Amino acid sequence: MSHVPPPAPPRRQLTFSVSSWILVGVVAFFLLNLAALIFSVLLNSFASSWFATTLPSGWTTRWYAFAMDSFRMGRVLTATAQISAAVVAVSLAVGTPAAYLIARRDFPGKRALLLLFLLPMLVPPITYGIPLATALYKFGLAGSRGGVILANIVPAVPFVIFVLVPFIEQIDENVERAARMCGATTWRVFTRVLAPLTVPGLLAAGLLVLIRVLGMFELTFLTAGPGDQTLVVALYYTVFAAGIRPGQAIDAMAVIYMLTTFVPLLIALRFIDPTQMVVRMKREAGA
Amino acid sequence: MSRAVAADRPAAGRSLRHRLAAVGLDRVVLLAIPAAATIGLLFVYPFLYGLGLSFQPLDGGGVFANYRAFFNDAYQASTIAKTLRLALPAALLNVAVSVPIAHKMRRPMRFKRLITTALILPVTLGTVLVAEGLIRYFGPQGWFNQALLGLGLIDAPLRLTNNYVGVFASLVITGFPLALLIVLGHASGIDPDVEKAAATLGAGPTQRFWKVTFPLMLPGVSIAFMLAFVAAFAVFPSAVMVGNPSGETRVISIAAYQAAYEQFDYPMASTIAMVMAAVELAVIGVILGLRSRLYRGATSGGKG
Repeated sequence: MSHVPPPAPPRRQLTFSVSSWILVGVVAFFLLNLAALIFSVLLNSFASSWFATTLPSGWTTRWYAFAMDSFRMGRVLTATAQISAAVVAVSLAVGTPAAYLIARRDFPGKRALLLLFLLPMLVPPITYGIPLATALYKFGLAGSRGGVILANIVPAVPFVIFVLVPFIEQIDENVERAARMCGATTWRVFTRVLAPLTVPGLLAAGLLVLIRVLGMFELTFLTAGPGDQTLVVALYYTVFAAGIRPGQAIDAMAVIYMLTTFVPLLIALRFIDPTQMVVRMKREAGA
Repeated sequence: MSRAVAADRPAAGRSLRHRLAAVGLDRVVLLAIPAAATIGLLFVYPFLYGLGLSFQPLDGGGVFANYRAFFNDAYQASTIAKTLRLALPAALLNVAVSVPIAHKMRRPMRFKRLITTALILPVTLGTVLVAEGLIRYFGPQGWFNQALLGLGLIDAPLRLTNNYVGVFASLVITGFPLALLIVLGHASGIDPDVEKAAATLGAGPTQRFWKVTFPLMLPGVSIAFMLAFVAAFAVFPSAVMVGNPSGETRVISIAAYQAAYEQFDYPMASTIAMVMAAVELAVIGVILGLRSRLYRGATSGGKG
């Protein structure tokens, strides 16, 4: 077989027009400022002092020790880990069956069901968070770790569903039929055939929910008692009460928060394209 | 379960279960119950409870007393305008800039994955961290002002935090990547052949964009605008941290928060939350209404 060279990329893209240069400039300006913003937090957390100069005058790591001690970081990190683990587990357990149903079946009331799952993603958390916190107070659940978990489950379940549906749709239905024909019960079809095939989707959904719970300020803020603050809420309170606290220690806390979100994000990016992370619900919304 | 169904029976003697299954309602539909019950219990019920509460003012005065109090108090009622003044321009700018960029990035290009990965960062980091970064970076001694001073563009540091500018900047930093990724995700689904077909019919680049690509992008653009608006409308942490929470950036979520957690007036807090939901759903309704008039057919060429 003769060797066919791969088609060369069209030359057109290399000769940018003026409008392209402007657009590249806009994106570059945005990313440059974003990088500078993140770096100024990072550098300040290692600065012994930094006033009106390009770089800090000296370097130290003591703000991390200071932050760990004085902001009760141990308790905050434990609460964050427990809350996010519980939310991921519950939302996967509750959302996966519904995602399977939506991916596989058409039934009367499907559109209403989709709307029900879409609403918590369309209404911003602070809008339903206040009535939700009020209702949780009524049942004595607010101000507890359980209350924070319950509140965070609300946006997580629809998110799991809309991430999983396309993954399940990709699995050939004939695989299920074949398993049934070979005598597998429904339970065995789920555990031995569907579950292994859905693992990448489950991982992706779990990681994305984890990232969202770590970054979810409003719902946790409205429902958490002093002992159940997640890292992002603790960071807000620390900034809010700033003045007596050194800014470098606040930034040390901010860097620790960044690290906790970067790690799951980097893993998640191995499974999913960034554009897909935000457009999952598009098709459902447009249905 | 399936074995019982497998036994064929004459159509006349079909049970209720069979008739339900014929329209698509069988036991598999029960799989929706855990998720639907969760959302019903933790989202729909609290929302209705809050709605009911908003009609039971603490100080009496009739069913609508809380709503009257909110709209008659200029300090409270002005929060709606303040929120819209932040959220609408921010969402509009984020989407307007995203459209041409997504149009260019649609074609295969180098560093695309790197750029999209960098863009997902501010969405992941969230508003609290972006606000903290802005305090450092945009502050009077931050790099941004230093750079402008160094370039000789300004004589004294600009005041960019604790005001409208700071909050607007935070909404652009978290909102622009979101809008661009949504528009890009939608635009990559448009078949380039459609544009080529327009070119063979004699359409120039400008005509191709406005008559072919842009109309096909519009449904995605409207969704992006909607989500960018929803995110910007709920602005809370950054309005407090880099804004002026008692003045020009006292947005409606701050009013709701203060009613609930500073005055402990839950009925009033619920009232404000309901007003917030109503204003926001009204804007979404307008967007979706306009969207339903758009072309939403195939975005791919060839036989569909």
